[in-house]
Formats: sequence, structure tokens, C-alpha cells
Amino acid sequence: MTVAWFGTFWDVYSNLVLSVGTNALLALSIWLTLACGMLSIANAAFMAIGAYASALLTLNFGWPFPVALAAGMAAPALMAFLIGRPTLRLSGVYLAMATLAFGEVVRIVLLNTDRVTGGALGLNGIPQLTRWWHVALALAVTLAVLWRMRRSRIGRAFEAIKEDETAAGLMGIDVAGYKMLAFVLGAAIAGLAGALNAHLTFFIGPGEYGFDRAVEILTMAILGGIGSLTGPVVGAVILTLLPELLRALQNFRLVFNGLILVLIVLFLPRGIWDTERLRRWAGIVRRQA
Amino acid sequence: MLAQQLVNALSLGCVYALFALGFTLIFGVLGVINLSHGAVFMVGAYAAEQAVSHLGLPLWGALIVAFAFSGVLGLVIDLLVLRPLRARNAPHLIPMIATIGVGIILTNAIQGIFGAQNIRFPEQLVSNRTISVEGIDVTALELGIILLSFMLMALLLLALKKTQLGRALRAIAESPRAAYLLGINVEGLFYLTSFVAAGLGGIAGVLIGLYSNALFPLMGKSMLEKGIAVIILGGMGDMRGALIGGLFLGLAEVLSVAYVGSSMRDAVAFGLLFLILLIRPRGLFGTLMERKV
Repeated sequence: MTVAWFGTFWDVYSNLVLSVGTNALLALSIWLTLACGMLSIANAAFMAIGAYASALLTLNFGWPFPVALAAGMAAPALMAFLIGRPTLRLSGVYLAMATLAFGEVVRIVLLNTDRVTGGALGLNGIPQLTRWWHVALALAVTLAVLWRMRRSRIGRAFEAIKEDETAAGLMGIDVAGYKMLAFVLGAAIAGLAGALNAHLTFFIGPGEYGFDRAVEILTMAILGGIGSLTGPVVGAVILTLLPELLRALQNFRLVFNGLILVLIVLFLPRGIWDTERLRRWAGIVRRQA
Repeated sequence: MLAQQLVNALSLGCVYALFALGFTLIFGVLGVINLSHGAVFMVGAYAAEQAVSHLGLPLWGALIVAFAFSGVLGLVIDLLVLRPLRARNAPHLIPMIATIGVGIILTNAIQGIFGAQNIRFPEQLVSNRTISVEGIDVTALELGIILLSFMLMALLLLALKKTQLGRALRAIAESPRAAYLLGINVEGLFYLTSFVAAGLGGIAGVLIGLYSNALFPLMGKSMLEKGIAVIILGGMGDMRGALIGGLFLGLAEVLSVAYVGSSMRDAVAFGLLFLILLIRPRGLFGTLMERKV
């Protein structure tokens, strides 16, 4: 009985559940650069590169899925490495704008190289190779790696750079090197999410990876809160499920998406998963008990 | 042929410049990248279209409606969203993210009310006369766009340069705190800036709506991306930069459509932008805000 119920549920909602997973990966990918004090909004573009690289390999050359996934991580990481050196000299809004422009360049290139990428029509008939445990495993491994990293020398260096870049440099931290590490690793995670997502949805097109997607990824991380690793995951869950929950509002549901974003920024500056506030609440509960 | 392209480029570039002027004004004075500026531009165009089709206003009336409606909208956004963030002294990326949310709200509200399809200004709103000078055709609309844009930009630049108000604004751009200590009403001028910048955006919305003969909820998005390109090209927060950057982008687009192909139009703009950022991130005129230990 319960199994049958779950079967129906899974038939209808499996894509949604797995989207939560890939979106969580994306949110973590931008968390990584934010944790290092950089606002880079190129993650949608890195996702696109990962998606196209892996999908072209499985679609045209029949490469095994794990290899295609690895390529889907390596290609954006390489791209990040190439553009990283000149781009990461910029900071603050200049970096945000440069990465935004890079994202648009990638989208337009995908749109105009019809012979390889199918242009505006995108890639069709990508084999649906992604299983639920692929997504779960990718998320678990990413979380484990990031969690371990936060508590290491690298994590402390990121934190120092985020707090004060100049001071971190004066303390002997290799600012440029750590920034590059965060940027490249973030690109690889975004690429992994893109590759998994491409083999889930059957179809990919350049329109999916534009400005809107970049903003959505950023929103998930900010919404959840970037003070912890849980934050971006929580943000991804909420932002993926919200449109489904707001379905009754029809045309106006995205209005609420925007409204929620504004309200969070105004009233919960550290995001929903604000560890300090949660601890405070827990403290109140304990005292009452 | 080339001269004709230059005229087209000039009128398109003027609208870009007008849009970017408001955008850069907000960045220069408030220090905020206002990503709702594209949506405000779109709402202004819709307000004008409604005023024309329901109240039968002439073109100049529509422009005033667009300026006022967008201006008030900009003011409301400042009061409700940007002011609380200023009061909290939030880092500059936070207001940027908040304005993304505002843009989403406005775009989808308009889409919910008017639908996603294109709407148009009535045809008789602008005379379809064409003036020919030595084989170059200039439509009345193009001429009007060029004249109006230059007039508004000259007015703004003059006001910033010559009036007490302009001097106060430039002082705020330099340092809001020092301006406050000098007795300048900083908050009041922030409101004024938000109003004027948004109003200019609304006028640009009407002009683009007439120029491309279409209004649609997402029209602000591509304009916003172009506005970003323009102010980076010209230097963020710099008025002359917005003007020259706008004209330059118009030129680059028109020429790339004419000589490379229409599909590469956006690629040219953004490729250029990316290059500028790598080579000269401060833009043509801007100064890079950087902390030197």
C-alpha cells in the first residue's frame, strides 16, 4: 500500500525532487565563491558548459556516464582557470559585472554555434542516465568535501579573505591563489550540477542558462544564508518547491518569489538558516522547558 | 549607406544613453547597482501606453506620465527597500540583490495584468513623416528621440554642474558622510536622485517602445543588460561616460548588424564589455573604487 503510494508520488515528482538536489549543488557552488568574499555570478555559465560538455559526449560519442560527468566538471573548471587570472583581479561590483558579462558571452556563443550545440533549438534526446542516487551521492560528497574544507587551513584562509582581503594578504595568505581555488572548485561543482541536470531533463537549451538562472542560483544561497553549509541547501529546497506550492496563484506566483526575496533581504539579512538566531531560539525553548 | 547607419545608431544610442544615465546616477549618488531599473523603465512605458489608449493623451502627455509614474515608482522603491538597507549600513551587494527581487515583482505583476504578448502604442501617436537630407532618411521619430534625449541629458549635466543642488549631489557622490556633516540634506537628495533617475528610465521606455513598436513585460531585461554594458564601458557613476558609452553601444550594435549579421548583435556588445572589464575595469572615464591599505 505505502509502496504503491510512493510509486505514484515518485512517478509524478521524481524530477522535482532531483531538481532540489541539483539546485542544492548550484547553491553550494556559489556559496564557495561567496565564502571567499567574491560575488561571481558566472555559475549559470559554468553549469551550461558542464551540461553541454557532458551531453555532447554521451549523445554523440556514447561515452560512459561517469566519464561524461567527470568531463562536465573538468570543462568548466578549466574555463574558470583560464578566465580566472584576469577576472579575479576585480572585486566587488566589478567582479559581479564581469562574471555577468562572461555568462552572457557563453550563452550567446552557445546560441550561435548551431552546428555543435544546436543553437536556439538546443540539444534534444539526451539519454536519461541520472538516477536518484547519483544526485544524492554528488550532494553528499560535495557537502563532505566543503565541510572538511571549512575546518581546514583553506577554510580559514577563505574566511580571512572574506573579512578583509588586504589584511589577509599582509598576513601572508596567498589571496590570488585561494580565490582561484574557490572560483575553479565552484565552477566544477556548478558543472557537475549541469551535467546531472542535463541527463535528467532530456533537453537543454541556451535559454536555461541566462541571467535569470544566474540570479536564481544567487538567490538560493542568499535566501538560505551563507553563514553555514546548511543555508544554501535550505535555500535551494525552498526556491525549488516554492513555485509548486504557489501554483494556485498562477500568473502572479513569480511576484511572490520576488516579494519573498525582498522581504528576506530586508528582514532576515543572514538568510533563513541563520545559525546564531536558531541557537538563540533553541536557547529560549530550553529555558522555558 | 554608412551615413544612414550612423543616423540609426545615433537614435538607438541616445535611448541607451538616457537609460544608462539614470542607472549611473543611482550608482554614483546612492552607490547601488539598481537592478530594478530595467523593470521601472518597462513600467513607465506601460503607464504611458495606458494613458494614451485610455485618456487619449498626446505624445508629450505620455512622456510626462511615464516620467512621473516611473519617478514615483523609483521613489517608492527607495523608501521601502533601499532606505532601510542604508539605515542598516548593509554591504553594497545586499541592495543589489534586493533590487533583483523588486525587478522580479514588477515584471511579473505587469505580465500578470497585461499578459506576456506585445502591445503597441497607437500608430497615429507619432507622425510617420520622413525627412531626407542628401539621401539620408531620418524619420520624425528618430529625430524626436535624438533631440529629446540630448535636451534631457544636457539639462541634467548642466544641473549637476552649475546649480547648488548639483554641487550637493556631487558632494554626496564623493562621500555621503562628509556631505551630511556639511549640512547637506543627504536623505532628501537620495530621494530626489531615485525619482529623477527612474523618471528618465520611464521616458527611455516610451522611446524604445515607439522605436521598436512593441511593449512587453521582459523589455526591461535586455535594456538592463545593455545599461550595465554602457555604464561599465563609460565608467560607473560617470555621466559623460554614460552618454558616450550609450552612443558607442548603439553604434557597435547597428554596425555589427549591418556588417556581421543580426545574430551577433548581443555577442558584440557583451564581448566588448568583457574585454573592457579585463583590460580597463574602470571604464573609459570612471575611477576604480579600491581600498589602498
